[in-house]
Amino acid sequence: MTTASHDNLSPHQDDFYDALMAAHTGLSETQSHALNARLVLLMANEIGDLAKLTALMRMARDYDDV
Amino acid sequence: MAYDYAPFPYTAPPGLAAPEPRHPVAIVGAGPIGLAMAIDLAQHGIASVVLDDNNVVSVGSRAICWAKRTLEIFDRLGVADRMMQKGVTWKIGRQFHGRDEVFAFDLLPEDGHRFPAFINLQQYYVEEYLVDRARAFPDLIDLRFLNKVTAHEDHNDHARLTVETPDGPYTLEADYLIACDGAGSPTRTRMGLDFTGQTFQEQFLIADIEMADSPFGDHATPERWFWFDPPFHPGKSALLHMQPDNIYRIDLQLDVDADGRAEATEEKVLPRIRAIVGDKPFRLDWMSVYKFRCIKLDRFVHGRVIFVGDSAHVVSPFGARGGNGGIQDIDNLGWKLAAVLQGQAPAALIESYHEERSFGSAENILNSARATNFMTPKTPVEALFRAEVLRLAHDHPFARRLLNSGRLSQPCSLAGMALQTPPEDPAPMTPGRAVADAPLTGPEGDTWLVRVLPAGFVLLGVGAVALPAIDGLARVGIAQTGDHPCFDDPGGFARARYGDGWAYLIRPDGHVCAAFRAPTEAAVRRALSRTRGNDLPEATA
Repeated sequence: MTTASHDNLSPHQDDFYDALMAAHTGLSETQSHALNARLVLLMANEIGDLAKLTALMRMARDYDDV
Repeated sequence: MAYDYAPFPYTAPPGLAAPEPRHPVAIVGAGPIGLAMAIDLAQHGIASVVLDDNNVVSVGSRAICWAKRTLEIFDRLGVADRMMQKGVTWKIGRQFHGRDEVFAFDLLPEDGHRFPAFINLQQYYVEEYLVDRARAFPDLIDLRFLNKVTAHEDHNDHARLTVETPDGPYTLEADYLIACDGAGSPTRTRMGLDFTGQTFQEQFLIADIEMADSPFGDHATPERWFWFDPPFHPGKSALLHMQPDNIYRIDLQLDVDADGRAEATEEKVLPRIRAIVGDKPFRLDWMSVYKFRCIKLDRFVHGRVIFVGDSAHVVSPFGARGGNGGIQDIDNLGWKLAAVLQGQAPAALIESYHEERSFGSAENILNSARATNFMTPKTPVEALFRAEVLRLAHDHPFARRLLNSGRLSQPCSLAGMALQTPPEDPAPMTPGRAVADAPLTGPEGDTWLVRVLPAGFVLLGVGAVALPAIDGLARVGIAQTGDHPCFDDPGGFARARYGDGWAYLIRPDGHVCAAFRAPTEAAVRRALSRTRGNDLPEATA
């Protein structure tokens, strides 16, 4: 397992999580999935670096999904 | 052994026979907040009468986690030594997901503090020690048990209370009424004040058990353990704390639609506890089923009626922000009310209690509401994010910090508020913060910064800074010499925390209100006048 070495969210991690939940407030599950997809794409554009992005995809995929 | 709930004696109050002279302060409620309020006022020379409808301490452990800042305040009130002696000291919180530990946090990772991050001590002990301490002020604190306030009126320059006793009703008058009558405050209800906010639907079971073996297992060190989805309580959360007398606090999340009354029965609770402790023998000491609420009053000061503690604000318990928030309230209000009653400050100073503590309670509510939201996802997408944060937390440090089982009580900073003077240069200790402790050495040996600050306002100098002499203002020096009391800073903690060559004006509640590189008498006097409320707009009430 590769580890995301930096914690870039602390000390504002609770503000972030709260804002993320608020972004989903009032949406149906389908709408939430669409929002998540848009967010991933927007964040990918912010990161930009393809090597980083593919590493992140592997990291996320590296969990057994039931 | 179960706590011995010895009743406090009732004596017929003088008001039953003849009108009583007007009291400076009437405090409604003899819980930890009301009692601490009375002691703080007494130490400022202000007399109060404390009215409580009951005559025993808190039944059940209730508030158990007392934070470092609270212990510093209780030390000033004269009860911290007893609390420390009896209490269970801890600073580590561990969070588990299923069987696995995913993240541990240290609430006080640095040395050089008199008091620990937290002690656990049942509320009934705290109340017992506070009642004993209050009795050390027989001329200033009039404790009246079985005195139930049934009505009050605000007469602009005083409040008039109707009090019911076993011998019948009487009335009394007070310059100020302080409502310390808890979350269900009858004072607040009588005034019809709006007290609505966020109520969480999930129910939680609190059970205190006494057992000889520790449910923490092999770990000898008492800690705060929190589980997301533990094997013994699948799909829910659980919390474990150690208290004195071999008593352990277990807090279990229940189903949203659980029958609260049925859940608070031995029949339902005992199997839940056996799932945790196995076949080790235990005794059930106390249990309660509750829902969370996060609510505060819009205004804490209403004319001659002032709300303090749970009557002004309630929070969910994960974070220990209820009792600790209330103690910060009394600390903030005591010196201000005393200064107003003694004619040293304008009445507007009392409004600053609202400004400062309403901010503090909003901060507590924000933190406890977020923790509760994390613990109890409301929608499928919230549950999805929570589940994936938990999975990532096994491997990734950033995700561990997203886990929120309660952000524990920290001293509130009052930076930027009206009473504080902004410093010209950024000071190592920003005005508004509560004093940081440091180990010191003085003429009588080793001591602590929080212990050497005299009552009232203090001008504190650290290192190479000269302190002007000002009538009526105490001075304390650290790592310097002068014609005022001076202490050494052998470990350099004070210089590291306050900066070498800085002077600070410290309020009676231990909050810094001004910082100076080279304090002149005029600058210190200006800051002092500002903190005493002389720059505030006139009170409108």
